[in-house]
Amino acid sequence: MPTSPSEPVEAPQSARYDLAVVGAGPAGLAAAVTAADLGLRCVLLDGGRDTGGQYYRHPAPGLGAARPDRLHHGWSVYTGLADRLAAHERAERVRFRGGHQVWALERTADGFAVHVTRGPEAADRTTVPARSVLLATGAYERQLPFPGWTLPGVVTAGGAQAMLKAGLVLPGRRIVVAGSGPLLLAAASSLVTAGAEVPAVVEATDYLGYARRPGVLAAVPAKLVEGAGHGGVLLRHGVRLRPRSAVVEAHGTERVTAVTVARLDAEWRPVPGTERRIDCDAVAVGHGLLPQIDLATELGAATRTAPDGAVGLRVDARLRTTVPGLWSAGETNGVGGADLAIVEGELAAHAVADRVPKPALLRRRTRLRKFAELMAAAHRPGPGWTGWLRPDTDVCRCEEVPVARIREAVDELGAGDPRTVKLLTRAGMGWCQGRMCGPAVACLAGPGEPGPDRRPLACPVPLSQLAAGPSGEG
Amino acid sequence: MRRTPAELVGAEPGPAHHIEFDGRPVPALPGQSIAAALWADGVLAWRTTRVGGRPRGVFCGIGACFDCLATVDGRPNQRTCLLPAEPGTTVTTQEGNGRADLAV
Amino acid sequence: MLKTQRPPLDVVVVGAGVVGAACAYYAARAGLTVAVVDRGPVAGGTTGAGEGNLLVSDKEPGPELDLALLSTRLWRELAERFGAAMEYEPKGGVVVSATAAGQDALRAFAAGQAAVGVTAEEVPAERLRDLEPHLAPGLAGGFHYPQDAQVQPALAAAHLLREARRMGAELITGETVTAVLRGPDGAVRGVRTDRRRLDAPAVVNAAGTWGGELARLAGAHLPVMPRRGFVLVTEPLPRIVRHKVYAADYVADVASGSAGLQTSAVVEGTPGGPVLIGASRERVGFDRTLSQEALRRLAAQAAALFPVLADVTVMRTYRGFRPYLPDHLPAIGEDPRVPGLHHACGHEGAGIGLAPATGLLISEQLTGKRPELDLAPFRADRFPADTGTDA
Repeated sequence: MPTSPSEPVEAPQSARYDLAVVGAGPAGLAAAVTAADLGLRCVLLDGGRDTGGQYYRHPAPGLGAARPDRLHHGWSVYTGLADRLAAHERAERVRFRGGHQVWALERTADGFAVHVTRGPEAADRTTVPARSVLLATGAYERQLPFPGWTLPGVVTAGGAQAMLKAGLVLPGRRIVVAGSGPLLLAAASSLVTAGAEVPAVVEATDYLGYARRPGVLAAVPAKLVEGAGHGGVLLRHGVRLRPRSAVVEAHGTERVTAVTVARLDAEWRPVPGTERRIDCDAVAVGHGLLPQIDLATELGAATRTAPDGAVGLRVDARLRTTVPGLWSAGETNGVGGADLAIVEGELAAHAVADRVPKPALLRRRTRLRKFAELMAAAHRPGPGWTGWLRPDTDVCRCEEVPVARIREAVDELGAGDPRTVKLLTRAGMGWCQGRMCGPAVACLAGPGEPGPDRRPLACPVPLSQLAAGPSGEG
Repeated sequence: MRRTPAELVGAEPGPAHHIEFDGRPVPALPGQSIAAALWADGVLAWRTTRVGGRPRGVFCGIGACFDCLATVDGRPNQRTCLLPAEPGTTVTTQEGNGRADLAV
Repeated sequence: MLKTQRPPLDVVVVGAGVVGAACAYYAARAGLTVAVVDRGPVAGGTTGAGEGNLLVSDKEPGPELDLALLSTRLWRELAERFGAAMEYEPKGGVVVSATAAGQDALRAFAAGQAAVGVTAEEVPAERLRDLEPHLAPGLAGGFHYPQDAQVQPALAAAHLLREARRMGAELITGETVTAVLRGPDGAVRGVRTDRRRLDAPAVVNAAGTWGGELARLAGAHLPVMPRRGFVLVTEPLPRIVRHKVYAADYVADVASGSAGLQTSAVVEGTPGGPVLIGASRERVGFDRTLSQEALRRLAAQAAALFPVLADVTVMRTYRGFRPYLPDHLPAIGEDPRVPGLHHACGHEGAGIGLAPATGLLISEQLTGKRPELDLAPFRADRFPADTGTDA
């Protein structure tokens, strides 16, 4: 049973928490403060130093930013959550543990052992015992390779935003934003507001997907306002939006100096003769987000495939995964944005505490989920994107595996699925464990929806820490 | 003159310090990551790949892609997008796996 | 159901792992018409989770060592054609001992092996680091086995299958064998998959961990059971380990019948860069749960052998299930109970190494030649009907 809200969580090292929340972005923050409101003894873990996750990433205190809100949509929502967290921390109802990267969840007789490596340098490990775990690990960007995408200056759209929001820096002065999905407009809007020139936003779809279901859009006017806000900023800065187009090559030797943009057909196949060159000194590229669910799939949690092909966790109306004691909120259940993540965090906290949430919260989740599915369907990568690859284009950045080697594995060595391609080519076997090349490798491996990736270690772990074995929370 | 990110958020950072990159000083603001300090100095690459010897730097910016690895204070394979730039931090361009000294 | 439109098959090989691939390769080379069928992809089972150990060093004199020595010769032949593509490395093995008593035991073991053709050179403590400069100090000594080698298992299977296909074999993946067809006399007539029928007078059971199930489809008892193993994979490193290196306990673990968790780290570099640290042994059925204790022991033992590894990062771990039979010998050859059913499974952790010998022996039997090794120790009917129920 939950303890009363007034009881401090300061506990002996062996004591379990009622709930460990993994990830301190919108979903995790909302879940942790709600769980504490409801009387659960809660620990909030995040690999980053501060709360906020990727969406609310913000400058470190040392940078003295007076107006961090200027880089954020809905900044006051974050400060509200952060204030509530601080109050709970002061009352010792929640512990926030930054720099805690969770690399495995282990089921134990009475809950979970949460295995953690600590600090950006993974200096030591700890093990956090908890009765229940709520996964709020968010998402990372889906990438599709193109010739030249490994050049310095080509960065992910989310990466450009992260570096800007946290470090107040830009990768260049003239930045082409390209790929697909709503993040592109947000990224372009941030970049121009922060002083960059954005010669083009290159979007592979034509956004017609949205128009087909106007009823769903009308139900979430806030999303329209947010989109219109980005659009207005881009208009004011004279940023050209190029729909149904893609960056098909980045040029340069030591760093990117230009890109070639081409029109795409409905299948995302580049249309010959439509190429045009745009000079730039940086490219920010991304094709939507992929749920980060390794910790759950390793425990056998069931998954579902969203309309854009991204694999997320299958949860019920109470945000329970199919693993007893494991809940999931936000992008891990299918990418849907910060508003949805917060709603799901609150709902999941209620479920863990065995409390009934307000019906309005449930209705809001349903509405936002529908919108998320619509967005996903609109931005599903078309199969023709492989038309811009060349035999020597590296697909796996870590192991430098080119397209030709993957095609050889498929055409001549009998690989027809991503795992076999990986075994035969090393694509996906490097430091990032296939997070960057996974979608491309799956596409090149042949038809069929790949299942979830399996990563028993959710992040690299120093061998000495594995050798040391589990230890209590320090 | 266009606006800078620091102007946008009204930043009044603490006093700048320096890190060392390949033997030369690079300014850094308190709270910046190593990668951010290098970007601010116009540096985009601080690693060469194992197979092709190609230059790499930040790609994902959130610690997921491991492209921004460098040798930091003598330790190879450090993610510079996550590591804070502390005064005196020494960053060296990492060649390949960064552990050639261990080869036998 | 797809219609069969091909020259009549001589043999259906069930399983596209390295053993099935070797069976298909040698059968095709002998002029037989072959189809390989697997419910998953190429190298989708134990092969894809193996380290690629081609070892004679861990085997005591007996039928398995005979197989291993034959395989050693065959791997060398294969390497002349496919060596680089399969990442074949004749790197040799080094078995080390922490104590003088352990070294004495190794010496006795090596003397027995020498009598049947294994080359083993004693390495005194002070010379160990000439062979392996990063080895921990304080070891009592070791033995160098130049015949031990390494191959990348999935590549080996894929290239053997590619070559078999060039010689006319057909590869069918993603189809499950649902029945083994038998005539009124009980002899095998082919298999049925979930999509087609494959008629052939011979079926090779190279189904690895599922070999017992396939045997059951043919009405034969073969108690193949899974023995779980984990392997740790480090970050890419320069060559810091030259040989396959393991401690003397490994031999005892391999031979052990214990169900409990056993670990004795085998440490080896790879052409791709990472060092592989394998492998634990546990009898837990097909339970895929990550074992923190297995990871801990593998990591600790690897660091004890090579202290330099304590400073590196483990990028991933993977698990696999070794197919084993109660006496730890594989089943190879025609089943006396079911004419036309040839077994090639149950190799436990040695399947990669023993694959070519298995494939060659099966092809010899299929073509009516006298196999180069006596197959009696590998007969599938050597187990009473009530064995193998613990998985």
